[in-house]
Amino acid sequence: MSGGSLTRRARTSGRIPHLSEPRWLRWTLTGVALGFLVLFLFVPLAAVFTEALRLGFGAYVRAVRQPEALSALRLTLLAAAIAVPLNLVFGVSAGWAIAKFDFRGKNVLLTLIDLPFAVSPVIAGMIFVLLFGRQGWFGPWVTEHDIRIVFAIPGIVLATVFVSFPFVAREIIPVMQAMGREEEEAARVLGANGFQTFLRVTLPNIKWGLLYGVLLCNARAMGEFGAVSVVSGKIRGETNTLPLHVEILYNEYQFQAAFAAASLLAGLALVTLVLKVLVEQRVQRTLAAQATMGAQGEG
Amino acid sequence: MGYTIFYLCLIVLFPLLTLPIRSYDLGWEAFWTTVTDERVVASYRLSVGAALAAAAINAVFGLVVAWVLTRYRFPGQRIFDALIDLPFALPTAVAGITLTTLYAPNGWIGRHLEAYGVKVAFTPLGITLALVFIGLPFVVRTVQPVIDDLDLEIEEAASSLGASRWQILTKVVVPYLFPAWLTGFALAFARSVGEYGSVVFIAGNMPMRTEITPLLIITQLEQYDYARATAIAVVMLLISFTLLLVINGMQSWASRRLST
Repeated sequence: MSGGSLTRRARTSGRIPHLSEPRWLRWTLTGVALGFLVLFLFVPLAAVFTEALRLGFGAYVRAVRQPEALSALRLTLLAAAIAVPLNLVFGVSAGWAIAKFDFRGKNVLLTLIDLPFAVSPVIAGMIFVLLFGRQGWFGPWVTEHDIRIVFAIPGIVLATVFVSFPFVAREIIPVMQAMGREEEEAARVLGANGFQTFLRVTLPNIKWGLLYGVLLCNARAMGEFGAVSVVSGKIRGETNTLPLHVEILYNEYQFQAAFAAASLLAGLALVTLVLKVLVEQRVQRTLAAQATMGAQGEG
Repeated sequence: MGYTIFYLCLIVLFPLLTLPIRSYDLGWEAFWTTVTDERVVASYRLSVGAALAAAAINAVFGLVVAWVLTRYRFPGQRIFDALIDLPFALPTAVAGITLTTLYAPNGWIGRHLEAYGVKVAFTPLGITLALVFIGLPFVVRTVQPVIDDLDLEIEEAASSLGASRWQILTKVVVPYLFPAWLTGFALAFARSVGEYGSVVFIAGNMPMRTEITPLLIITQLEQYDYARATAIAVVMLLISFTLLLVINGMQSWASRRLST
């Protein structure tokens, strides 16, 4: 999806266009673009917060502090806290396998990693119902051992892991490929073991890419709606995540409370965007520093 | 390496394989009747049609936005640039209720459109609108790095050879951007076909008219009709899988074109 955007965009340096369209066209295009963005991004974002605060700040705080809202928030955080580390480990190992080894079927593997992006979230949730639900393959076994997966927290976690699966891997693979293998080989020749090499050589090189992937993965994990709504069963105070809580309130015409809960998620999205910009700036600065050092070395 | 493949199989491949296998239990005839049912076909038409329309709108505006953000300078540019990713970061349910509230007949925007007799919420137009929101970052973020990489020297060379600005844009810039642009279009389309969260609220969900395929699957699941749900899901899975192959094919075509 946004694979490799970090490495590519990092090369951007403020380029001043001295070849450009006539002024009237520039103004028209800028106007069209900004109008489109304001209509589709700014207005909805402003609407979330306005609607949330429509009945005043007191009502907002009351809505956010409802026990159901708090338990939904806890479950959302829990699901993300499990899904993100799992997919982080996977992302690094997938990046390692793809960038550092040669094997047949590499492209097939890359396509398969992308698969959860292409699958509808509804289908993502449904496959776990088919596996662990009462009529599912493991249904009888699960009931026998008195484990609840579907319509319980494990199902929510599984669905979250599925939908946020490719994010870290997609960001880390191009970074690791760009890095090449020489540095690790040098470390190994100098006597470092595999783990030392990873910690001292690989990790410092990929840490910003990794952080970027984790951010995207976390945003998706906390915000997932379609997949989670299929497996959750929507038991209030038990298997309701924050996005599901928003839906329930909205369908009960408690609009202000729904938007109050939604504003928490929107705030989270904004934090993600700010962190993302900071990571990008950081990468740009590191690359710029490396470029000047390289120039000095040559001169 | 082994771990990568094991985890991939455990989380993605094995669960997905249950779909075709379960639908096999249904038998060919029952499968065919289910997936060609009038209501189901209407939902494919709506899902695919609205997704195509939304991807086309995004292709046009996304290209303009990407061009303006990379080539021009204006105040607030960095904020606009950062906000492009909002649809990735904002949970789809939040997008759904917000757009519905804005475009409902008494909403901020819907009220003014209503005066001209344009109904957005609870019509296919509303569904398309939600999908435009969801697909917006795909076109912009695929085209932006390519515009960035486009060397100004090439444009300068064309200009010094006497080409007008219009000729440079149509003969030099557009062919260069075309593969990325097409990929962005396909990514937005692929995402929109299966989208659920942002659409259910604004769709109105009337059978035959504003019922998207993912919603139809959920309806079947809620009635514990797993067989029919599986059959419809297999059709959707085939659509997404085809799209994924097309996208990967286009990306390798694009990288080959750029390297020559």
